[in-house]
This record gives sequence, structure tokens and C-alpha cells, in this order.
Amino acid sequence: MDLTKINHLHLDILREIGNIGAGHAATALSTMLNKAVDMKVPSVNVISFEEIMEMVGGSENIVASVFLRIVGDAPGCMFFMLPIEQAETLLGDLLGGEAVQLTEGIHSEMTISALQEVGNILSGSYLTSFSDFTGLNLQPSVPATSIDMAGAILSFGLFEISAVSDLAIVIDTAFTDIRRLDEVKGHFFLMPDPESFAKIFNALGVPMDE
Amino acid sequence: MSEMIKVGIADINLVTPPNTIRTTGLGSCVGVILYDEVRKIAGMAHVMLPQSTLVKSASTNSGKFADTAIKALYDLLLKKGATAKRLKAKIAGGAQMFQFSSASEMMRIGPRNIESVKYHLNQLGIPLIASDVGGNSGRTIEFNPATYHLTIKTVNKGTKII
Repeated sequence: MDLTKINHLHLDILREIGNIGAGHAATALSTMLNKAVDMKVPSVNVISFEEIMEMVGGSENIVASVFLRIVGDAPGCMFFMLPIEQAETLLGDLLGGEAVQLTEGIHSEMTISALQEVGNILSGSYLTSFSDFTGLNLQPSVPATSIDMAGAILSFGLFEISAVSDLAIVIDTAFTDIRRLDEVKGHFFLMPDPESFAKIFNALGVPMDE
Repeated sequence: MSEMIKVGIADINLVTPPNTIRTTGLGSCVGVILYDEVRKIAGMAHVMLPQSTLVKSASTNSGKFADTAIKALYDLLLKKGATAKRLKAKIAGGAQMFQFSSASEMMRIGPRNIESVKYHLNQLGIPLIASDVGGNSGRTIEFNPATYHLTIKTVNKGTKII
């Protein structure tokens, strides 16, 4: 993949995918929690692997994450990531006010399956709107969860892109609890595989120059 | 004052006492340490992928792949006065961060990294003294070239030294 062939129009398209996708996901999250969730304007960055780690507060930062592979016309990886305390709050709300502990390594089956279900619903709504917008056939794999260091988790999403490039294109949408707008609660990361970019741009009528 | 030298993702660096060398957030990646006990010099690579020959286009970053990273680290150490015959290795990482029911070859990146690292150490005749690999936890590792201790920190399984 030649990153120099990606122009501003292409980046705008990716930003719009992040916007629509995360918009739908935020609505789903808001419905699930029965409270307002606000998302920030998505950012599309062509950045080094090290910079990706900095986006989530350093590679050692502990996060709760849901990962899934996108299969179909434009394969890629998707992550839903939350700081650990905020994941505990979210899951606690979801499980009816139960106190949830994620850091101790003794996660109840219930908590993990709740986290997985959150990931499932959010990524499903993200992916559906991504698919509707582009007309591409996209399906999610069964989501997998991990509570661990952000670097260890995110690097897993880089294995496709890292084979061909030292930079990755990351579509990031941060979202917040509407009452505390300054505080970022979580991230959606969409990382299409290298070959998927041309397919996405073609589908929207803005091919990459040969 | 001792310093802590950082090794980023797909990066290579060298260290001499009293400094230590460290890389954070190893998941399916493998941290490879080569050291010479007499010359008191060590180096670390943060390997992301098993083979440079499997990739579709040329990449300039030798630290990314097990084959090129180990060779580059080996060459760097020899250039700084280490002796090939004395070099020893310790490795950590190669976890499976996510469990999938349908484990495709691509998802087995951690185990493949470990295999490749071991193979290339063996090719260069470097004995593997200790390793902490596999599992499903992320690791942060720090090597002390004065004691040859590799300290491994995980989120859920505490700290250990190999």
C-alpha cells in the first residue's frame, strides 16, 4: 500500500465512516445505559505504531477491550477500548448496580460476557452503518475480549498493516459521558487491512490514483 | 545515575551497566535480549512479525521481523565489541491476547513469533538461557545487563524474574 496515494478526500471519507459508525454505536450505548453518551469528532491519523500506543495513554496502560475481525469485502480489525475504571462503571450500570472489579484477575463469567455483549452490540452497529454507507459486504467475527496492557492488545491489530508499512491508518472516535465532557471514556478504533483501502475508496467513487 | 533505555515497538537498542533496558506492552510481539556476560553489553529487540520474507513489500525497519531483528541485534553487538561465541539469549512475549474459536493461522501470530525467534537464535548458534513465552497476558520486560536478570511484569499474574 502506498500511503502517498491517499489524499485529503480519502481521509475525509475515512473520517465520515468513523463519524457514522461511531454515531450509531454511541446511540446503541446510550440506549443500553439509558443515559446520554456523546462522541467527539473522529480523527483519522496516518501514524507510527509508537504513536498509536500514545493515543491510548501509553502501551502499558491497562484497558478493557473488545476486538473483532471484519470479514467480507474490506477486511480489517476493530477495537472498542475503555480505561479500566470506566469499564467497571459501565458494566456495573449494565448489571444493575453491581460492583464490578476487573483489575484483580478474577472476572466473573457474567462480567466478561457482559463486556463481550457490549462489544458485540457496539461493533455491530458501527459495522452495519459502515456497510450501509459503502455498500460493501462486511461481517464481524465473534468478538473477543481482553483486559490487559493497551500495547499488547493494539499491536495485535497491526499484524496485517505492519507487514507492508511502518505506519498505520487509524480511524479513532473517542466518546464521553455527556455530563463530563472533558473526560474521554472510550475509543473505537477501525484499522482496515492494507488492501481494503482501495476497495473502500472505490466503493464510494473516489479511487486511488494508479 | 542509572538510566532506563527504552525499546519501542519494532525497535532495537543496546545497553551497558549501570543502565537497564526495557520494552512495554508486549502482546503477540516477542522481546529478544542478547547479552555478553564478559563484555557486559546487551541489546533488546521488540519483534512484531515472524518473517521478513513473507511480506509483500520491502520494509526498511529491520527491528520488526524476527529474522532481520535478531541478525541486526547480533551485528550491532559484535560491532560494539561483544564476542559471538559468548552471546546468550533470553526471550519473553508471544502471547495469544484473544481467544478465538476459529483459530486461523493469522491469529496464531504469537506462537509463530516464538517459533521464528527460536529458529533464528539457533541458526546463529546463540543458546536460549531462559524464556517466558505464550499464555494470554501482556508483558512489560526490563533487562539488567549487570545481573542478566530479565524482570517480567504482567497485569494479572504479577512479576517474575528469569
